[in-house]
Amino acid sequence: MNEKSKPSLDARRAFLGKLGAATCTAGAVAGAVALGTLRSAVAKAEPAPSGAKGESGAAAKSFPTPNYDWTKHQWAFGVDATKCIGCLRCVEACKRENDVPRNAHQFRTWVERYVYLEGEDSAHIDSQQDPVNIRASGSEKEYRFANRYKDVKVDKAFFVPKLCNHCTHPACVQVCPVGATYKTEDGVVLIDHEYCIGCRYCVQACPYGARYFNEEKGVSDKCTWCYHRITKGLQPACVEVCPVGARIFGDLRDKQSPISLFIRNNRVAVLKPESGNAPNVFYVGIDKEVN
Amino acid sequence: MELLSNIAQYTGWVYPNETVFEWSVLIAVYPYLTGLVAGAFTVSSLYQVFGFERLKPVAHVALLTSLCFMIFVPTPLLLHLGHPERAFEATLTPHWTSAMAAFGYFASFYVVLLMLETWFAYRPFIVRQAQTRKDLLGRFYRLLTLGSYDLSENAMRYDKKWIFALAVTGIPAAHGLHGYVGFMYGSLKSREWWSSDLMPVIFLFSAIISGVALLIVIYVAACKLRNVPIDLACLKGLAYTVWAFIMVALVLEGLEFANIVYKGREGVEMIMQYVTGPLLVPYFVLQFGVGAITPLLLLSYMIWRGTTGRALVVGVTLCACLVLFSVFMMRWNVVIGGQEISKTGKGLLSYNPLILGKEGMFVAIALIIAPIVTLLGLSRLFPPFEEKAT
Repeated sequence: MNEKSKPSLDARRAFLGKLGAATCTAGAVAGAVALGTLRSAVAKAEPAPSGAKGESGAAAKSFPTPNYDWTKHQWAFGVDATKCIGCLRCVEACKRENDVPRNAHQFRTWVERYVYLEGEDSAHIDSQQDPVNIRASGSEKEYRFANRYKDVKVDKAFFVPKLCNHCTHPACVQVCPVGATYKTEDGVVLIDHEYCIGCRYCVQACPYGARYFNEEKGVSDKCTWCYHRITKGLQPACVEVCPVGARIFGDLRDKQSPISLFIRNNRVAVLKPESGNAPNVFYVGIDKEVN
Repeated sequence: MELLSNIAQYTGWVYPNETVFEWSVLIAVYPYLTGLVAGAFTVSSLYQVFGFERLKPVAHVALLTSLCFMIFVPTPLLLHLGHPERAFEATLTPHWTSAMAAFGYFASFYVVLLMLETWFAYRPFIVRQAQTRKDLLGRFYRLLTLGSYDLSENAMRYDKKWIFALAVTGIPAAHGLHGYVGFMYGSLKSREWWSSDLMPVIFLFSAIISGVALLIVIYVAACKLRNVPIDLACLKGLAYTVWAFIMVALVLEGLEFANIVYKGREGVEMIMQYVTGPLLVPYFVLQFGVGAITPLLLLSYMIWRGTTGRALVVGVTLCACLVLFSVFMMRWNVVIGGQEISKTGKGLLSYNPLILGKEGMFVAIALIIAPIVTLLGLSRLFPPFEEKAT
């Protein structure tokens, strides 16, 4: 029996050996994959997609771009209202770039139109969300200003692009009960969508109406100056698409950056300075009625 | 795609993002409930701490009412949050510069205090029930005794000390909780309608009158339901309390409005257009005229004429109902009204309350009724009028 059964025993032994090796390999692969997933999950958890608090000066794992050091920049934004033509490409680009709900009620950036008619003291003000303008564009997802003043005499008219002011003393950050919205070292106000509880206190506290509540995600949202782009050396989407250079962006630490030159070469104003928020969007060419 | 449920119509110029109404009726219900809590607690303190003996018949029900309403205070907030499951973040990792961050601490401290005081107040009853009842409820009461069956004079004196200490602590706690709710609005500089130093005090006094008014209604209803004569001295005491505080509340609100108008800062034209237009009825007619001045005059008349008997009961109850309505209108006019005036100072919005849905009117009404139903249930376990009944 021994002689006869030997080969089959060998075969069985060999089979079991192979099975063991296969199991070990599979286990190792599975382990490696699991470890990899875990690592990427941890990496993901550290820099949350919509902004998470990083370590100050931590260049290695900084959010949202590796090797980005937020202690080395001080971002600021400029608006030259004398240049804006109200084409609204910035608004559309922003919605696409930042996954902003495609409706006529929620915007990270918008453009206001001020029109002084002959014989009137105050301006007629509207924005792309106005029902008349939405009718002109034919969709809540595309924007244009209706030619609604063609039959009247206009004394003065201009456009004013608006966005989050990324204030030095942001009221929104002050009121957030959980610290989900915060000021970065490089001067940007961000919201951690993984931590926001959706109380909307910040929406109420912002004097500029820059914030909205994303009902689908259950969190507040607003302009980030395209933080995912600027940390890679790119321009915010709205700046990138502006055909007339009405939007200026750059680093205040760099004295030759477009924003440094804009502030140095112009007399700039900020919106609602009395709020004490100290905005970081600087305007040229706005009028007394703009607030 | 279209998920927005609370789009507001507007006139004039408003920021695009403002066209969605973010704080619904539930955020008006929230300060209404906390106000009732603080007000009811004030009544129990008037008896426990300040020795207003004539309020003794309602001392226990005041505590129970306060507790029942307090249990429901967080619900409108939770229903409103975009991520209610993250609500505890505000307590676990509070961001202290936010007026909202302390809510969890304030509220839980106050709930614990209320439960403790209620326990001490009901301890003799609980012990007696635990000793006499043999059924399941008996077991419940035995559990509630926490092993202490001592009803000796010494023990009762000790209990009284605790009740006094808790009631004393409870006064700043209850009023702090509600004053803080006022601060949440008053401290926001983004809206002229809210941004006022007087806001916390206004909230506080309106809270007191609403809580006392609620107790009047509950007390009268409870006596009618139980077929027990109403203690007119007690009712008069409550009426005096409302009468005294309603004057302060009215003066404060008048001052607040006068300040806005007199200072006439940027955007005041829009505020004037608002209060003389859409807010005329809810603010001047309902909140002030019907809800505050009418009961003040009626109460003054009754006090002056020395009205008593059935006329007093009817008059005071009517006044209490009007005050309850007025204070709700005040919460509405602050929370909803504040948002109806655009931050631009150049436009007005109008809130269209939803009927259904988690932030609809049905839920709002249910949240106001729920504490009363709870009170009904709880008063079966802890009869608040036991001494009167026997």
